[in-house]
Amino acid sequence: MNSPRTFFLLLLALLVFCFGFAADLQPRFQALENSRHQSGNFFNLLLGDSSKMFANSFFVKADEYYHSGYYPTIFDNNEAFETPHMAEDTGAVDSKNHGDEASFMGPPRDWIDAFGRHFIPNRHTHLDEGGPTDDLSTSDKVEEILPWLKLSAELDPDNIQTYTVTAYWLRRMHKDKEANRVLLEGLWNNPDSYEILFELGRLYYESYHDTVRARNVWEQAVRKYLALDQQTQKDNKLIFEQITTHLGQLEQDAGNLPQAMNWFHAAQKASETPGLIQQQIDAIQKKIAAQTSPAPTNSIP
Amino acid sequence: MKNIFAVAGVVIKELYRRKDFYVLFILTVLICLIMASVNIFNDKQIVRYLKEICLLLIWFSSLVIAITTTARQIPAEREQRTLLPLLAKPLTRTQLIFGKFLGCWLACGLVLVCFYIFFGALAASREHAWPLLNYFQAAFLHWMTLSVVIALSLLGSLVFAAPSSNSTICFVIVATIMCVGRYLDTIAVTMAEPFRSILYVFYFAIPHVEIPFEMRNLIVHDWPLIEWKFIGLDALYLLAYAAAFLVAACLVFRRKPVN
Repeated sequence: MNSPRTFFLLLLALLVFCFGFAADLQPRFQALENSRHQSGNFFNLLLGDSSKMFANSFFVKADEYYHSGYYPTIFDNNEAFETPHMAEDTGAVDSKNHGDEASFMGPPRDWIDAFGRHFIPNRHTHLDEGGPTDDLSTSDKVEEILPWLKLSAELDPDNIQTYTVTAYWLRRMHKDKEANRVLLEGLWNNPDSYEILFELGRLYYESYHDTVRARNVWEQAVRKYLALDQQTQKDNKLIFEQITTHLGQLEQDAGNLPQAMNWFHAAQKASETPGLIQQQIDAIQKKIAAQTSPAPTNSIP
Repeated sequence: MKNIFAVAGVVIKELYRRKDFYVLFILTVLICLIMASVNIFNDKQIVRYLKEICLLLIWFSSLVIAITTTARQIPAEREQRTLLPLLAKPLTRTQLIFGKFLGCWLACGLVLVCFYIFFGALAASREHAWPLLNYFQAAFLHWMTLSVVIALSLLGSLVFAAPSSNSTICFVIVATIMCVGRYLDTIAVTMAEPFRSILYVFYFAIPHVEIPFEMRNLIVHDWPLIEWKFIGLDALYLLAYAAAFLVAACLVFRRKPVN
């Protein structure tokens, strides 16, 4: 039983088993690697669809940091916080907030509640306006929202708002390179997103002062928007108005007045305040008229 | 008083001989340092997420140390058969209970000093500021909260059969109060009688240990100091609950057979 032959055969059997097991595992591992690559990141593989829930929680957490901890819980009235304020302040998000944001707690319910309010943040502030100290010199503290936004983007790469909000605040902090990287990553994950293209255009135009690239990106955003169905277009009119207004402004600054007027006309159709845009159109029309009319001569009558 | 301090001294010595504190402290330090090493958009000034994680770990660690240390005090004396010889000395049962409480409470105070020094150093490494009074307020109320937790665990150790069940029950009670204690009245409003009244009674009867716990937000987000009178009132409120639990523990222990 203990002869060298037996040991040799056992060793051979083990080798065959190992080889077979490895051959069986290899395709499975390959499939796992592929799915991991497709899913985009480690969190998606680990948590599946629940990662989106966590991502949303971290996005809200970032907004809580934006308010320095003064934020409603599930037990409070959160009508004034339905749209995160840090997203609302980017100017590219349709707000669903109503009610008084400063008094979501209401009057104290009893003495324990009244006493407890001395130990929690009890005043509505925004980090970009100085936070609890009201000191505008510390408004750069808005960077504190970034860890949660980064985590949120990692957990849910399909959430476009996370990229646009992150990029907006990075831009406000003069971190243009980082904002560019975030937007390109967002575009990689969501190639049809006109919101990300819009934010990318703002980065090129306002931070890099690159008119050509900004125009290209915004025009691409318009094309992506127009490719949507009617209902989706109707639901996202604000962003279209923003894109076209910015395009109009860009063309106006570049001296292409007729083109600028076209964009403002397009913006007017989507706008809830067409009167304001009409004023800009009128101003452009005056400029065009001034350019086309003959120059006044100083001839003596 | 001398007897109480003698018992308390033994409890403190026991804490630094055991590994609980060292393990939890090293874990807290490691987790915080790993979190601090994460690169967030090349910004080295971001600190609030670190402060939040660190404070949460400090609260968790201190609760674990307070509950587990207290829960095994009386059962261990009984198991090792040292309770009877101890009470044969000129030491009353009440003194023993107070000595155990004081020992655990002071030991937790020492633990908190270590944790809060680390927290301050971690925050200062990024913020370059030492709001010492704010940290003192947070640590002081934290310590006061632990007095309630320790007194509750001591009472539990005389009521429940095993230290493990006592620890679990105390931990669940404290964690529940910290999570939803503040909102029990809001929940009560939505309920029908008699549950509404029962919940209201609970709301007013429980020690609101969530008040110092929620104070973390003020520290994390650099809010100004709390008025000292409110700190004093909250400390008194918590000490009253600790005293009530201690008196209850003394009453239970007086009728309890020691062998």
